[in-house]
Amino acid sequence: MKKVLSGNSAAAYGSMLVRAEVISAYPITPQTKIVEKIADLIANGEFKTEFVKVESEHSAMAAAVSASLVGARTFTATSAQGLLLMHEILHWASASRTPIVMVNINRGLAPPWSVWADQTDSIAQRDTGWMQFYCESCQEVLDTMIQLYKVAEDKDVLLPAMLSEDAFLLSHTSEIVDIPDQEKVDDFLGTFDPEYKLDVNRPMSFGSLSMPHQYYYEFRYKIAEAMENAKNKIIEVERDFEKVFGRSYGGFLDLYRCDGADIVLVAAGSMSSTIRIAVDEMRDKGHKVGLARLRVFRPFPVEEFKKLAKDVKIIGVLDRSFCFGYEGAFFTEIKSALYNMDDRPLVKGYVVGIGGRDVTLDVIFEIIDDCMKTTDTKEESFKWIGLKG
Amino acid sequence: MDQEKTWKEIPWGGLILDAGNAQEYHTGDWRTERPVHIMENCKHCMYCWICCPDSAVIVKDKKMVGVDFDFCKGCGICMKVCPFDAIKMVVEGEEGD
Ligand code: SF4
Ligand code: SF4
Repeated sequence: MKKVLSGNSAAAYGSMLVRAEVISAYPITPQTKIVEKIADLIANGEFKTEFVKVESEHSAMAAAVSASLVGARTFTATSAQGLLLMHEILHWASASRTPIVMVNINRGLAPPWSVWADQTDSIAQRDTGWMQFYCESCQEVLDTMIQLYKVAEDKDVLLPAMLSEDAFLLSHTSEIVDIPDQEKVDDFLGTFDPEYKLDVNRPMSFGSLSMPHQYYYEFRYKIAEAMENAKNKIIEVERDFEKVFGRSYGGFLDLYRCDGADIVLVAAGSMSSTIRIAVDEMRDKGHKVGLARLRVFRPFPVEEFKKLAKDVKIIGVLDRSFCFGYEGAFFTEIKSALYNMDDRPLVKGYVVGIGGRDVTLDVIFEIIDDCMKTTDTKEESFKWIGLKG
Repeated sequence: MDQEKTWKEIPWGGLILDAGNAQEYHTGDWRTERPVHIMENCKHCMYCWICCPDSAVIVKDKKMVGVDFDFCKGCGICMKVCPFDAIKMVVEGEEGD
């Protein structure tokens, strides 16, 4: 069935398609429509789920962790300040190994207030033990929701996953979305039945204490290992998803016209669509430019970047966020991934689109131009593009 | 908890799979002061038994007979609440009962 859906509605339909059993969420601009749409679907009898109204995002995540520990498939959604308020419980979720899926609408952080696209909110959750996916289209949002439950609930992974959409540019943009048949999704996902769960008939201790000489160290290592396991699982699920539903998003890196490219731009989220147009125009003019859309930030696709870097001269990395004190996160991490290669390309970093500043075709062309003009590999390689000054 | 397991053998998420495992963890090890029961003052009113946060007061045949030092953390609540001065606190290792 095809429907015109916004990125927010696609997330709401996604939660219904995966048959989320518990949803706890607190509304926040620009995520509000997800919660409203879910409420609609419940009210008109289409969606049977336990919707928990909570007084804050901290509580929303705490309720989600508890529901997941009981063995319920759990969904939540938030944005910006709400995500920050969840921060403590994000760590609880991953370390308790609860495969919650959450949609985060990437929005600028206050002050000054901004409700527009900016990825600093999710980048700031990098070390919480959550998988992180960034989407480009409404269809991808819906499809990735299905994929994420499959990855997250795998017994070798059991980690929560965050799906990010740029504020308004995706959350409020409507597109035709193909909603897959419920039976197909049911078959693909199966039910969530973890080996250990809160069960009165089989009591065990959750959230216990571990002394330095006991197993804290090992429990943390198990999370690190689960993140590694997720790498294979993400690829496997992407492949299986394509077989069943006929759509695929490239797994970790969505490569667009990278064959034989000298310059490849790396970006995440909605601006990738603008970059595709720029790439087409550059290719038409005979310039070998491509796009590698970063779809998964955690686990970080080190091998994929190394493979890409083999045949490329310059990688231009666009960060819609900034880590105060040191560059943009994508830029830093991509450089670090390539550092031990014998013959690595030059990596250049660009901050763009902070607080929803429009990332226009001109911005992209300016970046491509900057890459093409690069001759001295020792030159300053990090810039804020379009800064008023 | 068995101290010899490898990271592969432990369950995820810091779980302890055996129910009632608090029994095996002797929180009495944390104690620096110890309650001493003065039997001749005791009226066996059970107030200390109700108030002890670690269920460490031992009762037999409706009588307060002593303290389970595997679990008594030495908080002194029993001493504080006892209406009959039948419990005193002593520093561990300094005074016998
Ligand atoms: S509160 Fe005092 S008198 Fe009452 S049982 Fe305990 S020790 Fe005995
Ligand atoms: S000192 Fe505290 S823990 Fe020990 S018996 Fe008295 S009330 Fe219980």
